[in-house]
Amino acid sequence: MAGLLVLNFCIIHLAPGDPAIALGGEHGDAAYYAFLRSRFGLDRPLPEQLLTYVSNVLHGDLGTSFVHGRSVTRVIAERVPATLLLVGTALVLSSVAGVALGILAAGFRRRSVGVTLNVAALLGYATPSFWLGQIALLALAVGTGLFPVQGMTDARHPQTGLAHLADVLHHLVLPAVVLAINELALTMRLVRTGLLEALGADYVRAARAKGLPEALVVRHALRNVMLPVLTVIGSRAGMFLSGAVLVEVVFAWPGLGRLLLSSLLSRDYPVLLGMFLIMSVGVVLANLITDLTYARLDPRIRYQ
Amino acid sequence: MPDSTRAFVISNELPTLGLRALESRSGLWRILRTGAGRVGIAITGGLLAVALLAGRIAPAGPFTSVGLPLTAPTLAHPMGTDDLGRDVLSGVVHGTRTSILLAILVSLLSGALGIAVGSTAAWQGRRVDDALMRFTEFVQIVPRFFLAVIVVAVFGPGLDRLVLLLGLTSWPWIARVARAEVLSLKQQEFVEAARSLGAGQARVLLREVLPNALPPVVVVLSLTAASVILIEAGLSFLGLGDPDVVSLGYLANNAQRFLRVAWWMAAFPGAAIALAVLGLNLLGDGLNEGLNPRAGR
Repeated sequence: MAGLLVLNFCIIHLAPGDPAIALGGEHGDAAYYAFLRSRFGLDRPLPEQLLTYVSNVLHGDLGTSFVHGRSVTRVIAERVPATLLLVGTALVLSSVAGVALGILAAGFRRRSVGVTLNVAALLGYATPSFWLGQIALLALAVGTGLFPVQGMTDARHPQTGLAHLADVLHHLVLPAVVLAINELALTMRLVRTGLLEALGADYVRAARAKGLPEALVVRHALRNVMLPVLTVIGSRAGMFLSGAVLVEVVFAWPGLGRLLLSSLLSRDYPVLLGMFLIMSVGVVLANLITDLTYARLDPRIRYQ
Repeated sequence: MPDSTRAFVISNELPTLGLRALESRSGLWRILRTGAGRVGIAITGGLLAVALLAGRIAPAGPFTSVGLPLTAPTLAHPMGTDDLGRDVLSGVVHGTRTSILLAILVSLLSGALGIAVGSTAAWQGRRVDDALMRFTEFVQIVPRFFLAVIVVAVFGPGLDRLVLLLGLTSWPWIARVARAEVLSLKQQEFVEAARSLGAGQARVLLREVLPNALPPVVVVLSLTAASVILIEAGLSFLGLGDPDVVSLGYLANNAQRFLRVAWWMAAFPGAAIALAVLGLNLLGDGLNEGLNPRAGR
């Protein structure tokens, strides 16, 4: 975490252009620049500035947005729920469906079902999420009208209560599925290879020899297969979040991705740097959660 | 060195050289024997050819207006034209060249860094290993895509900084694989033999250990190249690409505004990205199956 803060600080300070000139205009006099520098602490030595920055961030202060004129923390916090909803749904979808399809692909590995699933997984993994979003949008939303094209709610018919929830869910389907495809394909392939390897192991032969029903045997094997799968899902949190950003842009989902795009267009550096920090924290947390779940699944791993 | 020892060294080296050549030949043959490897080599090779011959295939260049704007695919323009009447096929061909060039440069840089860090950590052991691996974990946890977004936003777009940035952040996985390989090879008898013949540390590491550690690293490199293509596409899709260089993501970004009127502007560049990533992944699969005897079916 400390490393990330320092990295963030370095990017701010390596950025071209003098902030005093940016704030005071190009033709101010030297005394005014000096005033601005001392006003914002830019005349202090770098290590001291770094300390101030770190202490501000630790107090939840990420600075003020150039465009919104409000605290960056507030601006970002407003967008987090929408992104969490999208990412959470997609994660559940990709994990559940990925494991299920992986078992299926391992079970039918020599038959057409297995081969089809395998090819589909390869394609799904290689397809960029934003492109899949564009195609899904064209085919399913614009083409058939089955799904709403963009946004999170229908602005023409504002709803309340349960109808509002249904409206949001209806808008959620396409972006969540599109976002899930990449991870789903990867999870499926990992489960498939893992299961095929595990089903050849001695403990599985022993279980079969005892006469355990096949479903129970697969459950035994699956528990061991899930460990590496979990690690991969956890370690891809960063990729997953960047996919979410791109999918949000395609579907105009009002989350962090849209904020990122609008901040990019308006060069709103405080918001951009704040978002980088938040995303990094998200990735670190995802890794932590993975490690903890790992310990729960595998009794051999214990943390002090 | 007395003559008798020299004779021994030479006679000892000759068979290994011969064996190595045989091994590498059979390695390639084994990759070609796997279905994934064949398709992967075909796709990657095809795209490489397109990248090399981009000027011949589409001499008009991706930024030249060649017809009416937003025309659907025809024989003259098999992928249609964009909002400014530019040929989409030409954009895809030149965009592929950009993506592949970027992928190669980043792979070279991150490969060199990863191998250097990983093998140094494993070879030196103890404190050096600890320090280097902590650092590797730190770099690994930095979200590459968002870092790239910030850097491009702050410093402006450009292929050069993208190569540097992605190269400097993509090596941790390679380093970990290289470290694991060197750690296990370090204990092998042939390394011991080279040492007892009086070979120096550097010579043993560079001539004996590293060549044998390379196969798994190459697998990871092909997957890194695939992820680099995806990251560049994502960045350009957000409008962060170099506006003077056409890339596949740049085309997809442009297409987003005309999605409802010109499907071809989105469909073909995206398909090219998917094809490139698929080809590299299959190549990785084939390499893995061909070079790693344990990963048999």
